[in-house]
Amino acid sequence: MKSVSIIDYGMSNLLSICRAFEHIGAKVNIVTKYEEIIHSDYLVLPGVGAFPDGMNELNSRKLPEGIHEFVKTGKPLLGVCLGMQMLLSKGFEHTETLGLNLIEGEVLALPKDELNFKVPNINWHEVIEPSENKWLNTIFKETPNNSFFYFVHSYFAQPKFEDNILSKTNFGRLNFASAIQKNNVMGTQFHPEKSGKNGLRLIESFLEF
Amino acid sequence: MKRVIARLDVKGPRLVKGIHLEGWRFLPKTPNEYCYEYYLQGADEIIYIDAVASLYGRDSIKDIIRKTTENVFIPITVGGGIRTLEDAYDILRSGADKVAVCSQAVKTPHLISEIANKFGNQCMVVSIQAKKDVNGNYKVWYDVAREKTEIDVIEWAQQAEELGAGEILLTDIDAEGMERGMNLDLINKVSQAVKIPVIVSGGVGKSIDASNALANGADAVAIAKALHYNKLSISDIKQEASNQNLMYVYK
Repeated sequence: MKSVSIIDYGMSNLLSICRAFEHIGAKVNIVTKYEEIIHSDYLVLPGVGAFPDGMNELNSRKLPEGIHEFVKTGKPLLGVCLGMQMLLSKGFEHTETLGLNLIEGEVLALPKDELNFKVPNINWHEVIEPSENKWLNTIFKETPNNSFFYFVHSYFAQPKFEDNILSKTNFGRLNFASAIQKNNVMGTQFHPEKSGKNGLRLIESFLEF
Repeated sequence: MKRVIARLDVKGPRLVKGIHLEGWRFLPKTPNEYCYEYYLQGADEIIYIDAVASLYGRDSIKDIIRKTTENVFIPITVGGGIRTLEDAYDILRSGADKVAVCSQAVKTPHLISEIANKFGNQCMVVSIQAKKDVNGNYKVWYDVAREKTEIDVIEWAQQAEELGAGEILLTDIDAEGMERGMNLDLINKVSQAVKIPVIVSGGVGKSIDASNALANGADAVAIAKALHYNKLSISDIKQEASNQNLMYVYK
């Protein structure tokens, strides 16, 4: 049985993501400490909320060191929503805040002047493969192109390098990175644990990474 | 994309349905059974409203949420009886994705900002119970449509947005439970007044009722009674919306 560690740093939504992994048949451990994080097989950084609060909670628990240490082992890390945003170098929600800097890039506000797109973006959106075969051997390996996933966010990731963009999603004039990846570090802006069958399939693929 | 949401009003451990947010009747199956059924039908989201929590402060809703997360993998919004930041945290921690605050937001509007600042405005839904007064103006009601205010619904929606609400859940008390169509005038006014998504609730009896609301500016329609009594399914509503070019029915 695959064993997955989900980081609890006080930023909600733990249960939903735990249930989704359990549904796939994984054993879920809620982890809160450095030692637990570095000894994980699969690590998930969830999160709902604001970027500065999230980083604050991680820092006050001294968790960033553990996450960096884990990533060095080459085992897979998945960030979800705020958890994905914090993988990047910097965020600009409320105030400029340093992120985990595991993938170079910034987290910026969604444009508020798009006619048919409201912020916060609370919706199901199509997730697009950015180039042919980009999804081979990734968390999207079983996902058909243009599948729908559920998003709830006001900010989006902008990786510095195009190569770290694993999927794109349209938001008016913007095609933002709805999933990112750099080697064993990956993240989705959408909530796989809230995206019905499509999300469960993605979680299954993550556990095969 | 427009959304179709199943709304479940609960009282203690039971699913209930009233008319004009009163006269609650119990439904035969558990809330979780109904919820799972709507998930299978293709609901985009679930809304649970604890119908009596703001009057009695009961919290069995948390057990219902926890159970729901076992087999339902779509977003869950929970409202009813949320008075403090701690209440919101409790509900989110039980597995909800968003909290809907109604009465306490009217009494202490800064709670909206507190929750939005702590958990992000995307999980702060301000629930508005609206009712037309004798002069034809929409006024805000609260405490499960028992208490009347002189607050204008449009102004309150705008204030809620300014305070950090991420969504508005707009319930028309007069249409609620009647299954005679939605109040398109109200939906139009509120949708045009704010930039945040507006979920509308109250009055869907036929699929076309939901489509009309979506065509009049609503971002999402929440349906209760017509689903519970099996008059409509989520897929019927989506098919109709798709026929009206309001929605793309996805796989």
